[in-house]
Amino acid sequence: MTSPRREVAGFTGASRLTSGGSASRGDRVFSVLVTLAAACVPLLLIAIFILLLLDALPAVQRYGLGFLASSDWDPVAEKFGAAAYIYGTVVTSVLAVLIAGPIGVACAVYVAEYAPKWLAEPVSFLITLLAAIPSIIYGLWGFRILAPIMRAAVEPFLKNTLGNVPAVGALFSGPTVGRDYLVAGVILAIMILPTITAVSREILRAVPNTQREGMLALGATRWETIQRAVLPYARSGIAGAVILGLARALGETMAVTMVIGNSSTQIRPSLFTPGYTLASAIANQFTEADKEIYFSAVVEIALVLLLVAGVMNVVARLLVWGVRGPLGSATRAG
Amino acid sequence: MKQWGVRPFLAALLMLVTACSPAAQPAPTAAPAVAAKPTTVPAPAASSAPAPSAASKPAASPAASPAAAASAPSVSITGPSAGEAKALNAAGATFPAPLYQKWFDEYAKITQVQVNYQAIGSGGGIKGIQDQTIDFGASDAPMTDEQLAAAKGGPIFHIPTALGAIVMTYNIPNVKTKLKFTGATIAGIFLGDIARWNDPKLVADNPDLAQINEDIVTVHRSDGSGTTFGFTDYLSTVSPDWQTRVGKATSVNWPVGLGGSGNPGVAGEVQQNPFSIGYVELIYAVGNKLDYGMVKNKAGQWIDPTLDSVTAAASAALTAIPADLRFSIVDASGDTSYSISTATWLLAYKTQTDQAKALALTRLLWWATHDGQKFNKDLQYAVVPDGLTAKSDQFIHQIVFNGQPVLP
Amino acid sequence: MAGLAPSVAAPFTRSSPHVRRRQLVDALATGIMTLCAAAAVLVLLLILIFVTLNGLPALNLAFFIERPLPQGEAGGGVAPAILGTIEMLAVAAIIGVPIGMSTAIYLTEYGRGPFARLVSFLIDLIAGLPSIVIGVFVWAWLVRHVVGHYNGFAGGVALAIIMIPIVTRTVEETLRLVPDPLREASLGLGIARWKTILKIVLPTARAGIITGVVLSIARAGGETAPLLLTALGNQFFSVDLLQPVAALPVQIYNYARSPYEDWQVKAWGAALILIMLIGSLSLLSRWAATRRLGK
Repeated sequence: MTSPRREVAGFTGASRLTSGGSASRGDRVFSVLVTLAAACVPLLLIAIFILLLLDALPAVQRYGLGFLASSDWDPVAEKFGAAAYIYGTVVTSVLAVLIAGPIGVACAVYVAEYAPKWLAEPVSFLITLLAAIPSIIYGLWGFRILAPIMRAAVEPFLKNTLGNVPAVGALFSGPTVGRDYLVAGVILAIMILPTITAVSREILRAVPNTQREGMLALGATRWETIQRAVLPYARSGIAGAVILGLARALGETMAVTMVIGNSSTQIRPSLFTPGYTLASAIANQFTEADKEIYFSAVVEIALVLLLVAGVMNVVARLLVWGVRGPLGSATRAG
Repeated sequence: MKQWGVRPFLAALLMLVTACSPAAQPAPTAAPAVAAKPTTVPAPAASSAPAPSAASKPAASPAASPAAAASAPSVSITGPSAGEAKALNAAGATFPAPLYQKWFDEYAKITQVQVNYQAIGSGGGIKGIQDQTIDFGASDAPMTDEQLAAAKGGPIFHIPTALGAIVMTYNIPNVKTKLKFTGATIAGIFLGDIARWNDPKLVADNPDLAQINEDIVTVHRSDGSGTTFGFTDYLSTVSPDWQTRVGKATSVNWPVGLGGSGNPGVAGEVQQNPFSIGYVELIYAVGNKLDYGMVKNKAGQWIDPTLDSVTAAASAALTAIPADLRFSIVDASGDTSYSISTATWLLAYKTQTDQAKALALTRLLWWATHDGQKFNKDLQYAVVPDGLTAKSDQFIHQIVFNGQPVLP
Repeated sequence: MAGLAPSVAAPFTRSSPHVRRRQLVDALATGIMTLCAAAAVLVLLLILIFVTLNGLPALNLAFFIERPLPQGEAGGGVAPAILGTIEMLAVAAIIGVPIGMSTAIYLTEYGRGPFARLVSFLIDLIAGLPSIVIGVFVWAWLVRHVVGHYNGFAGGVALAIIMIPIVTRTVEETLRLVPDPLREASLGLGIARWKTILKIVLPTARAGIITGVVLSIARAGGETAPLLLTALGNQFFSVDLLQPVAALPVQIYNYARSPYEDWQVKAWGAALILIMLIGSLSLLSRWAATRRLGK
């Protein structure tokens, strides 16, 4: 009696029974075709890595690790240091996660634990729709709607209130133009929210009911159940969800490039600084890097981005699989 | 499912039909004539007239004719030509983009050749032509020797197509008088040394700014830009400080400010951000009703950027015609010259590798530098001076395929 | 889980201050969670509303069937971009769907051992690749070398790379839901394995497969960054995929940054079209998914 099982050993066992040793020619051809298609996947990744590495090699050899440490990006003087881009990427992504992490997990908790059944599906679907909106539309909306609001109201407010607080104040200093890390971080937060919510919801669903029932039987309130039984169990998975969101934020290009200001190769603490991220730097400079070393430096940025996003994804997947098993397309959100 | 799938298919089919219908098939003509007979030029542009007139009578071409000294035979472009490619791909400067878009729109109506021009910035045009990922490029920055050496297909011709003014456009609410800038104040603003609108150096020339106690938001180009090249060329010339700290190029290390993508991007940023200032081609300021300022020129006069001031700058700066048509006209002398003027060029390989495209390209280049010039003025670009056109005519006739000049 | 009755947790000593505090915290938590979900939905609605309100004025017949006019001239449309997007999505689907489905079939029906685990792992990695990096790769491979200039085919390939992981994962999940007895019965009847897969398993999973494919097309349709580097753009109609091709997201990008009001309205209009396209594809996929497996 088989419920839809996640393992297919049964199937391959059955095939061993019936085919004996004489797999038909059709079977052999088919299995070769299918394996070849599957082999495209690692082949593709290797090809991407090698092609990028080859093109980036001149810059790698010339600048070495200084590429990551120096923030001096000067095509005229042929000095290329991507530290400012790395800084911009880190600041905007961390900001996005700080905003979207708690809210995203809260949404997932709401959908998984609180919402009545008739509401849970539609709300979950609507939040998933956020992921279906193309990033260019986020860029357009951010550029024309959010940024002016940030410039006119939110940023001056933050500057006048938090800007005067001793330690934190440096984060909120400088001219408030509405093209800065803050706006980019907010847009990114909206974009990664559905990822975090969807994966967290899967994680929460994977928490066995026995955990909840136990707490409730002990007289816990719903929140206490969640806080003390469900969330700790799901902790690593939710961390994975957040890191997946972070990985998505790292690679986001179009929405960021329209609101981040595309400038300033100095690293400054203020969130009101216009800047670049690795991805937006590539988008702005790739088609016109006319000197070989300049081109090589831009491809090296792409390589760095590839490696960072790759590592983040690996870490995140391992954390998520730890809780819910090695399958999942929970991020196939639209 | 099937039903749902039919409608988009029909819509696509409809679009295809719409697209294909205006492209009438060119009537096959006799082989591109060796220029034995002079051809007459019919006024309505229905027939194809591929053979250029053998007589070097400039009167054959409908627009402003080159000076009589030129020996390049003129070409008349009144309709499609047999053997030319139906589509060309180009990319490059945003500075002349309004002009080029108008040109190529008109050109397609006349010759049915669709020239796809993507304004991605002069840097993109230069790289594109270097890598041969486009058929011809466009740039307001003449290619450097290093860039020319890196071009994969050999020597490249610079064909000047228009001159224009790079204006200082700004957005300051409540200031109605036109602001006055000097080379020093512009450099100071973009270096970050002059950070507020009521800085004494600015107020000295513009008393109205005394009550504007706001940060200056500078806007520059985030992409590789010929406009940036012209602007930084000017600043490097007038400000030694700028020369040492930043330099001139299509892409520089800006000390301060926001980056906008393309001339439209900079204009858009200035439009959106109060108390901002940026540098754009004249039409982007005029067309969007943005304020722009006067600049003090070398002779000490405050010059409002107009087409006449640009032409004056070109006349003053181009005392001799440069051999390869690469030049700079910033900081020109003369009482009426506008200091931040620049030309813009089309970049084409001398040695072409596709015959049909070569023919289409050379005819296009000819049209642009002759017939197309009549569109320049309305779009706020100055026409190319005759001396330069005479030289570019020669270049166009030197474009070869398989060793043979493409245009007879 | 919302199904479990919270009333089980009703404490006996409800008047104790300690319990009241716990109840307060619980109520607060409920409120915060609900607020967060409401905020997320609100943001979604805000975006959709703004796009619709700002985009509707741009939608007229010319917008759908004409090509763009030179800067500053009013009128014209984004038809080449609509056509180009459809063309490139078709190319992407033709390349990406077979590869994605075959990989899914491999992972469910054949895969055992380290290679299959590796493939499964790497599928997720590709899904996580920034699309600009994919654009750089396809430029270096197809635009610079194979074809030699910007072209729409390269754009389609970039979109295919984006589509493959989505197709693979959703089809894989659907195939795993097909009950094993179905396969066993078929094999027991002596039907060859490949026929079993093609004629029994796949048709059974048809609804889920369609969902996956449509979803991946919707996702790929919104991508901009790789197209900037591959298809470049075109103001004319182009059915020749070896030439640059226009695309809706790229058109939006170009129009959005410009200062011309006409172009800004057109940017919203194109955004509205894009959202309607993607929205209808997503709804379609959900409708297909809710149909029962099999028929």
